[in-house]
Amino acid sequence: MAGLAQERGRTSLVNRVRIGDWIFTALVSAAAAVVLLIIVGLFYELITRSWPAVTHNGIDFIWATEWNPPREVFNAGTFIVGTVVTSVAALVIATAIGVLVAIYLVEIAPPMVARPVSFMVELLAAIPSVVFGLWGVFVLGVFIRDDFGPRFVDVFGFIPFFDGTPLITGLLSAVLILATMILPTVMAVSRDVIAAVPRSQREGIVALGATRWEMIQLTVLPYARSGVLGAAILGLARAVGETLAVTLVIGNRVGIPHTIFDPAYTMASAIANQFTEVENDMHRASLLEVALLLLIITFLINVAARLLVWRVTGGQRVSVVE
Amino acid sequence: MVLDSEPRTAVDVTGETGTQSFQFQPQNALKAPAGPEVREEPGDVALRAEHVHAYYGQKLAVGDVSMEIYARKITALIGPSGCGKSTYIRCFNRMHEFTPHARVEGHIYLEGTDIYDPNVDATRVRQRIGMVFQKPNPFPTMSIEQNVAAGLRFTNIRNRSEIRDRVETALKQAALWDEVKGDLKKPGIALSGGQQQRLCIARAIAVEPEVVLMDEPCSALDPIATLKIEDLMYGLAERFTIVIVTHNLQQAARVSDWTGFMLAGEDGVGRLVEYRPTQDMFTNPREDRTEAYITGRFG
Repeated sequence: MAGLAQERGRTSLVNRVRIGDWIFTALVSAAAAVVLLIIVGLFYELITRSWPAVTHNGIDFIWATEWNPPREVFNAGTFIVGTVVTSVAALVIATAIGVLVAIYLVEIAPPMVARPVSFMVELLAAIPSVVFGLWGVFVLGVFIRDDFGPRFVDVFGFIPFFDGTPLITGLLSAVLILATMILPTVMAVSRDVIAAVPRSQREGIVALGATRWEMIQLTVLPYARSGVLGAAILGLARAVGETLAVTLVIGNRVGIPHTIFDPAYTMASAIANQFTEVENDMHRASLLEVALLLLIITFLINVAARLLVWRVTGGQRVSVVE
Repeated sequence: MVLDSEPRTAVDVTGETGTQSFQFQPQNALKAPAGPEVREEPGDVALRAEHVHAYYGQKLAVGDVSMEIYARKITALIGPSGCGKSTYIRCFNRMHEFTPHARVEGHIYLEGTDIYDPNVDATRVRQRIGMVFQKPNPFPTMSIEQNVAAGLRFTNIRNRSEIRDRVETALKQAALWDEVKGDLKKPGIALSGGQQQRLCIARAIAVEPEVVLMDEPCSALDPIATLKIEDLMYGLAERFTIVIVTHNLQQAARVSDWTGFMLAGEDGVGRLVEYRPTQDMFTNPREDRTEAYITGRFG
């Protein structure tokens, strides 16, 4: 039989040993496993190394504010407040601007304008963190201390949180730098989810007599809202984890800030700032506990964001600048 | 019903502008031929299209189509794919220009006012000439009630009970009321495809337009849902002028009073071949091309 097949130049039906296939499958599976191992390993290491601190610091770690390495009192309240306040404030600013830019790019700008503007906003994401930080200190910080801050306090100083002494570094500088850094993420994802709103939805409301603005307000934004929320949360994840630029501009002072000009501390900047000069083993373990907390928070935020964006765009891949 | 927008002279239908267009008789406007075979009285003219050309960028898609749409009649536009019938129907409510780089040349008169007059506000035109699309497109974030009331936001109707009445009336006219009256707060997309399309019809008629344009409204529906829509069209025609684009010849024959046959020439430009009372058109077509199409020899 085989002879006949060979005679006619036919392919044999007998199973071949496909060693190449086997190696390839093993290779790609291994690569995928490495990614998984890294995540698992990261969690494992953080948990085991910070465990002494977890038992030593107790549940107070999350809300108490005293952080005193010599006395071995470690509570992350200050860092958590700093992280939450800077991230949320930056997120509000970046989302407001990012969504407006996204609407402009999708609904209003002609392609000749939309493409370069889109590109430039995405370019913001490519600027290294340290450059943002330096700019924040030497340009933004100086501007806040000398020009913006004093005038702002003169006018709005009577409102709580809006008074105080403007310095180069402080909460406001950190918020503005963070907002600039997460703007590309929020803008790019919002742009994609807004562009994914079906044409039939837009035509449906326009055929009823809606203006362009009414169309955006009544169908485009409601349709895209969970995706825009996802965009905002992706930005939040970035803001929460951002380290270098924030460390340079936030002032790094333990204590709850009382005004927008006060220096503060975030979880990421605390780790970056103190890791090279730990005073005792408990100090190191406590910093690792901060890191563990930070990892869990960013992990959860990312999962939530991707689920939301994925739902809106119907499973399509969304370009995320990171 | 008057479009209450600022340039009143342009849209006021009660003024002297009304007479002007009725006097205007372009020579190649396709009018009902006089003769014994006309069983359908033309009646009042709701829309008069004159030399309508529709472009996508530089490409001419519909060339020089003139026709009169008669009030409270159902007018069907038929023709093979790519003949420009969907493009043409979108000219009647200025939806064609919503497509990027698309534009229209020519005139369409609604009660004597050219809707392509530069002073006319396209959003006002669309309030008076409603549209139902090929695929049901209810707004997913709105309830059934909010879907039907969506167009009322652009009118001066603010009174809650009046909105409720309008919603109920529209849903009844769209033959959907009995199926959804207990579920008005449920999302519109929870309905079946046929129900969604009737919801979209209710949404279009809730603002009480004069004309309802339907662009292949049944092409995404099953035969039973299609029949329901066809049934309700007869009722709608008592109050509204209906223009329907369909690729289903039987549907055109069943529902319409007048039929226009469009065909794209070798240059790719869609033109109106023949426009006559439906019964005439289907029993006694004048043009060979019409006969070839309706007997299934092409298309």
